[in-house]
Amino acid sequence: MTDSTIILSTQNVGKYFYEPEKFKVLTDISFDIKRGEFVTMVGKSGSGKSTLLYLLSTMDTDYEGTLLFDGENLTKQKKERLAEIRNEKIGFVFQFHYLLPEFSSLKNVMIPALKLGKYSREEIEEKAYKTLKMLGLRDQALKNTSKLSGGQQQRVAIARALINNPKIIMGDEPTGNLDSKNTSIVFDIFKQLTSEFNQTVIAVTHDNDFAKASDRIIEMADGRIIV
Amino acid sequence: MKKYKHNINAEIAYTHLFSKKKQTFIAALGVTVGIAIFIFMNSLMNGFEVASIEGLFKSTPHLRIYKNDVLSKSLIDSPDSTKVNLISNPKITSESKKIINPISLLKTLKNEPEVMGVTPNVSANVFYKNGDSEVSGRVSGVIIEEQNAMFNLQSYLVDGGYANLSGYQNGIILGVGIAEKLNLKMNDNVTVTSALGVNKLMKIVALLETGNKAVDKTLSYINLPVAQQLQKQSPSYITDIYVNINDFEKAKTLISKYENLTGYDVEDWETANASAAAANKMRKMMAFAISLSIMLVAAFGIYNILNMTIMEKLNDIAILKAIGFSGKDIVRIFVSEAIIIGIIGILFGLILAFILIILMGNMWVGGDIGFFPIRVFPKFFGVGIIFGLVVTFFAGFIPARKAAGLDPISIFRK
Ligand SMILES: Nc1ncnc2c1ncn2[C@@H]1O[C@H](COP(=O)(O)OP(=O)(O)OP(=O)(O)O)[C@@H](O)[C@H]1O
Ligand SMILES: [Mg+2]
Repeated sequence: MTDSTIILSTQNVGKYFYEPEKFKVLTDISFDIKRGEFVTMVGKSGSGKSTLLYLLSTMDTDYEGTLLFDGENLTKQKKERLAEIRNEKIGFVFQFHYLLPEFSSLKNVMIPALKLGKYSREEIEEKAYKTLKMLGLRDQALKNTSKLSGGQQQRVAIARALINNPKIIMGDEPTGNLDSKNTSIVFDIFKQLTSEFNQTVIAVTHDNDFAKASDRIIEMADGRIIV
Repeated sequence: MKKYKHNINAEIAYTHLFSKKKQTFIAALGVTVGIAIFIFMNSLMNGFEVASIEGLFKSTPHLRIYKNDVLSKSLIDSPDSTKVNLISNPKITSESKKIINPISLLKTLKNEPEVMGVTPNVSANVFYKNGDSEVSGRVSGVIIEEQNAMFNLQSYLVDGGYANLSGYQNGIILGVGIAEKLNLKMNDNVTVTSALGVNKLMKIVALLETGNKAVDKTLSYINLPVAQQLQKQSPSYITDIYVNINDFEKAKTLISKYENLTGYDVEDWETANASAAAANKMRKMMAFAISLSIMLVAAFGIYNILNMTIMEKLNDIAILKAIGFSGKDIVRIFVSEAIIIGIIGILFGLILAFILIILMGNMWVGGDIGFFPIRVFPKFFGVGIIFGLVVTFFAGFIPARKAAGLDPISIFRK
């Protein structure tokens, strides 16, 4: 049943919101994403992109349909297991960065890896520094994240998503706050991760050039996939 | 897979506490106040209770063994209970108040494991006279060393020492109320007249003030043989045996045992002082109710402030969950934060309670009470620690578990 080249697959996924009144945000979402693919997701504001991405990342479990990821059925999976999967296999970049405000940039990046416990603290720190440097943040590493600009925070969030070499990286407008130079740095990183390291990227974007340069575009409208 | 155990949960808890020192301090202060009030109020009430009970036991033994007055029975009892005896001569027999063979009884009682003190007593109703003025009252013939050991007599003598009595056969320790009425002072003489008409001129060797007016106006202590002489009795004559036990609360349960052991009547302190005992019982119930309310208020205060600190971190909880921390990790992080705040708060709470108790204990109330009767009861400090830890644990656990069960997204959406 499972095709090992498929990393992520949804079958007839739907979701309702009940406040202020019942309405269907997502309808009949079915698609497959291959390992090593660099997918962008586009669509009008309010079309349901963020909502879908939250489901795919297992952070929202209130949906219908089935979600398969890396050969595992995640629907109705235990919360503890989902947490493990998020830690090890999924890197997520929020539309609003969501960093821990009491910690430095470096610590924010290191925390998922310290949680995973695959490498020593020194190795993790080195990797975190390297990633921050790659994103142009080496001099901001020891600053508290509450003192960073919006674009800097977004790059810290990207670094945090990359630290555990996840199977898939999901970004909700990961370059939304970045200038063109940093946007192209992030794009190149994603491109390299997918083509050289067989990691997978799904990124929501409003940036047409960014989308066009990716491997595949999924377009959404009114909670449905149209392309 | 998991090769290293980085103690990241502890690190996060520590950072939360130390990066917001002021908030941590305020939360700990909430615990401090709760714990201090809890300990202080309990000590206050218990000190008060102990003082009231101590006042009662200044002159009342835990148990008193005595021979009750008995009516002489009909000379011939009808074996048929439906018939009434017409010939009857009910009189109190003259020997009735005497306890026979008191020496061996005293010995038997002393051998009981719960008995802390036993002393014989001869009680007699008398008149105290000085010139023309006269006051009625009661003398208690005692073995003064034993009496002092059991009732700590010395602590409420206002003048003179209890030992003066053993050095002076015809000495008397007179209640201050009597001395006042008869205009007597230390080393004056007072005439004591018994109901049987025996007169004794006695020298005041000490003055007694229990604080209980009814006692101070009537009671005095004299040597046992003198009391026997006042009653025209032999040296083996004893009216009461006073018994103190290790736990006065158990007095009632020992009555029937001692009645069987001695063959005489036994009266416990509660029966002897029905109103004082009722007041004591009421105080206890009140203390329990107040203690419970304080516990609730303190627990609620502590719970609230810790709950608030955790609710402020709700966003952090969602982020941690998003990057792969499990519900268990979240609970661990926030319970350890609550417990650390709790421990800091409890420590200061103990110190604050101690200071409050010392301050209160140094307040002079006067009268026969003296300083305010509050004491450091280690028991309440122990209970305070346990209470504080339990409350802080749940104050961390309940909100953390609630948040830990949520999808991270549902937290962000709030
Ligand atoms: N918690 C919520 N309760 C009710 N409706 C919601 C909630 N969150 C989002 N919605 C609605 O669901 C729809 C999809 O929202 P979503 O955030 O997924 O849009 P989006 O495609 O990410 O938009 P954007 O590009 O502006 O970020 C919108 O109509 C939005 O109003
Ligand atoms: Mg969105």
